[in-house]
Amino acid sequence: MSSASTGTGNSSRSSDSTGIGDSPDRVDGVPKVTGAALYVDDLPAPDAWHGATLRSEIPHGRFVALERDPDFDWSDVVVVTASDIGGRNTVALLIEDQPALVPVGGTIMHREEALALVAAPTRARARAALKALRVTTEALPAVTTLDAAFAADVKLHGSDNVLKQLEIHRDDADIEAVLAGCAHVIDSTYETGAQEQMYIEPQGVLAEWRGDTCRVVGSLQCPYYVHKALVILLGLPEDQVVVTQAVTGGGFGGKEEYPSMIAGHAALLAKAAKRPVKLIYDRAEDIAATTKRHPSRVRHRLGLDTNGQLVAADIDVALDGGAYVTLSPVVLSRAILHASGPYRIPHVRIVGRAMATNTPPHGAFRGFGAPQTTFAYERQMQKAARLLGVDAFALRRQNMLRVGDSTATGQVLSESVGSQEVLDRLEDALAQAAPPVPARLGSLRSPVRRGRGLAFYFHGSGFTGSGEERLAGRVSVACLASGDFEVRSSSTDIGQGMLTIFTQIAAQALDVPASRIKLSEPSTERVPDSGPTVASRTCMIVGKLVERACTALAQRLRDFATESSLDASDLSVLAAQHVAQRGELSETCEHESPPGVQWSDETYTGAAYPVFGWAACLVDVAVDEDTHEVTVERCLHAVDVGRAIHRRIVEGQIEGGTLQALGWALLESVPYEDGRVLNPSMTDCIIPTSADAPDMETLLVEVPYAHGPHGAKGVGEIPMDGPAAAVAGALEDALGIAADELPLLPEVLEHLLADAPLDEAPA
Amino acid sequence: MTDWIRPANLAEALSARAAHGDYMLLAGGTDLMVGASERAAPAGVIDLFGLDELCALGRDDDGRLRLGAGLTYERLLADPLVRAELPALHDASREVGALQIQARGTLGGNLGTCSPVGDTLPVLLALDAEIELRGPSGTRRLPVDAFCLGYRETALADDELIVAVRFPADIGRRSQVWRKVGTRRAQSISKVMLAASTARADDGALRNVRVGLGAIAAQPLRARETEAVLEGRVPDDALADIAAQTVQTDIAPIDDVRSRADYRRAITGRLVRRWVLQLADAQR
Amino acid sequence: MKLRFQLNGAPTEVDVDPMRRSLDVLREDLTLTGSKEGCGEGECGACTVLIDGAPVNSCLVPVAQLGGHDVQTIEGLAQLGPDGEQLLDDVQRALVTHGGTQCGICTPGIALCASAALKREPAADRGRLRELLAGNLCRCTGYQLIIDALVTAAAERGRAAHEPSAPGGGADGSSAHDSTVRDPNAPPSGDRA
Repeated sequence: MSSASTGTGNSSRSSDSTGIGDSPDRVDGVPKVTGAALYVDDLPAPDAWHGATLRSEIPHGRFVALERDPDFDWSDVVVVTASDIGGRNTVALLIEDQPALVPVGGTIMHREEALALVAAPTRARARAALKALRVTTEALPAVTTLDAAFAADVKLHGSDNVLKQLEIHRDDADIEAVLAGCAHVIDSTYETGAQEQMYIEPQGVLAEWRGDTCRVVGSLQCPYYVHKALVILLGLPEDQVVVTQAVTGGGFGGKEEYPSMIAGHAALLAKAAKRPVKLIYDRAEDIAATTKRHPSRVRHRLGLDTNGQLVAADIDVALDGGAYVTLSPVVLSRAILHASGPYRIPHVRIVGRAMATNTPPHGAFRGFGAPQTTFAYERQMQKAARLLGVDAFALRRQNMLRVGDSTATGQVLSESVGSQEVLDRLEDALAQAAPPVPARLGSLRSPVRRGRGLAFYFHGSGFTGSGEERLAGRVSVACLASGDFEVRSSSTDIGQGMLTIFTQIAAQALDVPASRIKLSEPSTERVPDSGPTVASRTCMIVGKLVERACTALAQRLRDFATESSLDASDLSVLAAQHVAQRGELSETCEHESPPGVQWSDETYTGAAYPVFGWAACLVDVAVDEDTHEVTVERCLHAVDVGRAIHRRIVEGQIEGGTLQALGWALLESVPYEDGRVLNPSMTDCIIPTSADAPDMETLLVEVPYAHGPHGAKGVGEIPMDGPAAAVAGALEDALGIAADELPLLPEVLEHLLADAPLDEAPA
Repeated sequence: MTDWIRPANLAEALSARAAHGDYMLLAGGTDLMVGASERAAPAGVIDLFGLDELCALGRDDDGRLRLGAGLTYERLLADPLVRAELPALHDASREVGALQIQARGTLGGNLGTCSPVGDTLPVLLALDAEIELRGPSGTRRLPVDAFCLGYRETALADDELIVAVRFPADIGRRSQVWRKVGTRRAQSISKVMLAASTARADDGALRNVRVGLGAIAAQPLRARETEAVLEGRVPDDALADIAAQTVQTDIAPIDDVRSRADYRRAITGRLVRRWVLQLADAQR
Repeated sequence: MKLRFQLNGAPTEVDVDPMRRSLDVLREDLTLTGSKEGCGEGECGACTVLIDGAPVNSCLVPVAQLGGHDVQTIEGLAQLGPDGEQLLDDVQRALVTHGGTQCGICTPGIALCASAALKREPAADRGRLRELLAGNLCRCTGYQLIIDALVTAAAERGRAAHEPSAPGGGADGSSAHDSTVRDPNAPPSGDRA
């Protein structure tokens, strides 16, 4: 209703519409609204036992002994420990430092470490069996804060607790000297808290063995990540592990790496139980044990000249990585690569460190490090605008990157730079009437303070640096005897609409109705490795592979028609004819980076990303003067997506990401105490409801990217990056406080206002 | 397996209660069923949900308003009498959970569990409600604060049932107010709840001032000192400040995972102040 | 304990532990897996079913309390047409058309809750719809396209209500027993001073 868009905004109801830029019905829409879609816990598995996980419950220590209560009836229970692992005891990811199960005698690195597993015919029996396991541990001093990690009195990783350090040096200038020469230097430190992905479907996996082959089906984003981890854990050849994604109830990064842990556990249990095992987390376990967004601390020093031109940025980024390396190095990488923002700054130094602590590892979550540094640099820009007394839009326009400019790593932006366009669209839309805001319930009428905040940012689409080249993702498309086409990729639909978008792209490239396109089940026995479903890469990178494979297949079919003197007007007919006459026909495409894209991991210079998405978000807030409850009264979000393959899906991505960002800014809090999550329930670890969400004004901007399908680039993550800074800026505007931490709970505002109380306003 | 008793009427319910004082009394289950599968199953349940005699709503012979303990929030919200006479209860019911909880949660259930964050309890305190209990020896009536004894602790005897809640005959003529401050805008656990009512004398002076607060102590409570400083006074800005200061000594908020004591204390003061200012405005 | 109730229009009998959660009996014993468990404590609404037309969290309703009642799950919301084809409820249709479902795990609960809420309050505006849906958490959509879908469904029901011959409109409005129906935007009714 309130979303607006450029270009042709027609939506089509026809399920057969292939129109790029239209909004045909999602291919998974009907099964989802009727309850027919089967998620992992819905899969019929009448013989399956139920698994459960015994956890360490101390943040740091030694696992001394495990005993079974002799009075408990163990006859229908299997217990699995580290000694039952056939391969290497690790959850393989970037490196192999995290065990799947801590062995007796081993070191416990956080409270949720798995020590043992049980399976039993019912969930209740499995729970009872857990309680009948007696654990002996010896506690060691724990590191549960960033400060303690830096102090390194207790060493968890190397001599300094640094899991990974990365640096960007734009030039050789002495940054201290440059800053000393700046007319203005804004020096602030920003802190952000952990954030729970809170997909509504908790994590879970169903595992079974058929002969020597282990098969797992689960709620997951990346079948081949799980596959790799299982091959190593189980010590099996690759063809004896099959990983399939079930319909998945949300991921947001949370089902990127942790499913490898659960799948490993379920596989071990299924082997021991000699039957299928379902390992489904309940909400409390999911919140407590699985990954969250990295807490961060960013010190940002920004130097400007008297005209508001940015001169230098010196940025120190610290992330709390948790107990193991897991994905922290790549999260840190994305954090620092975005830390100087979409601005021309001649002198930049960025140092990033991911620190080890005795908390469960933090991990992938939409934005992947960029939201933390975006919060810092956009707060800096807001402060700069206030300090200089200049218009927020004008300061951005003055300093923003444009075509031909280069980023902090020296990447020259050659195309698809929507910086100007997103700011223009936002400013234009701002002049339109705002949607109405429902009144707060209750019969006390407290006055409010209003404020406005702007944030402007970019987000790299696809893997960092040479990631796509190294990965060399593949997609196949095959002709079927029915005249249908099967697209085989390991990309997963986790709600973001991959199934529908790939259908559109394939149908368009083959010039057949959408109903002719079948998407293969994402199972490692049926699809090639197209890379994981992460990093805003699915549409742009894998979607392009779909397009290329389809185009190549179409050419081969037309060649076949020419050779055989057949009518080539309907490729579907030709496909059936080909299969009938000459057998299966398929095309496989592998990723090829556009020419001239170079990146150096050694110097951290070059083209960090194939292309960037660009965005601007403006938020109006009203703050209750009595309670400091914040209402987001208006939220405009302009995002350059290159090209919207499916308008509604893109709007849905932006709006969903925006609300996650507003939640992170205002009410999503994951407090830890001694490495333990204090609020592991949906009652207390809250996310926004429909009543908390504003009517969003979503503005699609399309500055096409030549190497994306139909010009598309990434959209999944960028909406998460900026709204929090916009909210904080609006609160500063409303209350005159330095809102430099997240989440900005009313309790936090109360403290900030204690230092700078509000003037008494007439009631 | 749990013994399940579904009485057909109040008499059956009372005899079941008398016979099985250890059985769980269950209404809509919105509190007692949370985490129930993690706990040992009760020996038995007396299921009171929807029992007709507990769902009546009207005026007693003495003019008092009477709400059956089995009324759900959905029923309360739908009732014109509640909206007209008990607007604070109407407004509070609208903020209990969302539709799903409102369809099952009941007035009696909220009283029986006596949670510090029970949303209706501050309202019942502020509206001078009395709780009607019935047992083998007959009926007794207690003011709410004599019923709510402590953290999830009530005066209900193990052979009694909560039958109804009664309100003063003139309650609809008193000014009523409700404000819930939660962790988010809806479906929220309260950090602070303020419910209050007062009658007004011809000169504008406050009479029968009642201030009910929730989530600021182990149990919902009446801010008696605050009521005392307001009683008989004509509200103005100065009185608002006095009330705001006073209420902060009436309460004993704590730090917990949902909020902080200092915040709860500060906003309780400001909300009380706002109420008194609103009363002063209404008079002008 | 033997229980009888109407389930999606059909008489159903189960013999179960009365304290079991309705959600578990529906999913495990009756294989109706469209009702989902997101939290197990009545916060997320993914397990929403209708009892006598009212949305409830089936994770909080002991199965014994279904006895004698009319229970509807998501599996019963769409109707079967004369040729056995599936006829979506107008809310389901609108959710598909407007992109109001992404990962879909919250969708059955939202479809049921919204369908029931719109029956009671066909005139609900966007703000009121946001309040009515507040018991169903969605993490994907930001709710925008869901609310868009419901606005459309409400408008269509409104039209159907004015055309008495329209089949299956279901918008009789007579069950509008929430007094806020009359004016969902009326200022809260509290201070009457």
